Amino acid sequence: MKSKFLRGMSHGIPICLGYLSVSFGLGILAVNKAGLSVFQASVISALNLTSAGQKAGIDVIAAGGAIIEMILLQLTINIRYSLMALSLSQKLDKCFTTPHRLLASYGITDEIFAVCSAQKAPLTPAYMYGMIFISAAGWIIGTALGAAAGELLPASVSMAMEIVLYGMFIAIVIPPAKKQHGVLFVAVIAAALSVMFRYALPVVSEGFAIIISAIAASMLAALIFPVKDVEEGAAT
Amino acid sequence: MSLAVYIVVMAGVTYLIRMIPFTFFRKKIKSRFFRSFLYYIPYAVLSAMTIPAIFYTTHNMWTAAAGTAVALLLAFLEMPLIVVALAASGAAFLLSLFM
Repeated sequence: MKSKFLRGMSHGIPICLGYLSVSFGLGILAVNKAGLSVFQASVISALNLTSAGQKAGIDVIAAGGAIIEMILLQLTINIRYSLMALSLSQKLDKCFTTPHRLLASYGITDEIFAVCSAQKAPLTPAYMYGMIFISAAGWIIGTALGAAAGELLPASVSMAMEIVLYGMFIAIVIPPAKKQHGVLFVAVIAAALSVMFRYALPVVSEGFAIIISAIAASMLAALIFPVKDVEEGAAT
Repeated sequence: MSLAVYIVVMAGVTYLIRMIPFTFFRKKIKSRFFRSFLYYIPYAVLSAMTIPAIFYTTHNMWTAAAGTAVALLLAFLEMPLIVVALAASGAAFLLSLFM
């Protein structure tokens, strides 16, 4: 139990470092744009644990927008977590009972999902709690520091820090893509669609662009490269 | 509208989106197509999130490209996640010192 928690924590260290820098910017935004206090900004980060959703939410607060707008925005931006939760639900260990699911679902973020789905073994609550704990700590502390101090880090350092999360994503996708045509295919198609949305259809929001690109690419890959039983056992 | 209402609504919607499928979906999926789809979704989401966004991270296309190249190379060599992630950041930082 304890060792699984620690294992989850150690796997969450890159996430924590990335979150520290990203949430730092959110903290600055919350104070400067919406006039929130350090405490209020930190509470938002603690309750939401999501970058794009929080940024959009802070924009709505700053503009004094309608509650329905807040609901629709959060749904649109965060609906990808439903897909991730569904995917993760397929590889949970038997000891993942309902109370554990209610708790751990709080921490399904892009990055935690990414690291969890790369695990070969079934996911245990302790492992996920360890990862969520250190990641959320980084997220909340980063927000508080950003809100409190404006700019603690020199710009060159904080800018370089922004790439940390994406470096981690690359490290997750490339090794299986070397061995499985389906993974290589899905990664290339999803990237191509995402580039197309960015430059040819900029009206589509980033959240929607990611959802459409990922679903279309995965459906194509599932048709052309259906997974065999061995791979299903290892990764779904 | 009070701030607390905004925060509660925002957090509530975000939590439900994560919680409902995670908690109430218990069956093992039988359809081979759907299982394949769920197998590929993580890689597709990560790839779509990374490209082209990674090239805008450092606010300089060249340092971001250097970080991306280092990440791709080390990932191809199957280095641990933390090594790949920090090396990408380190490469972008080092190059930014010369620009």
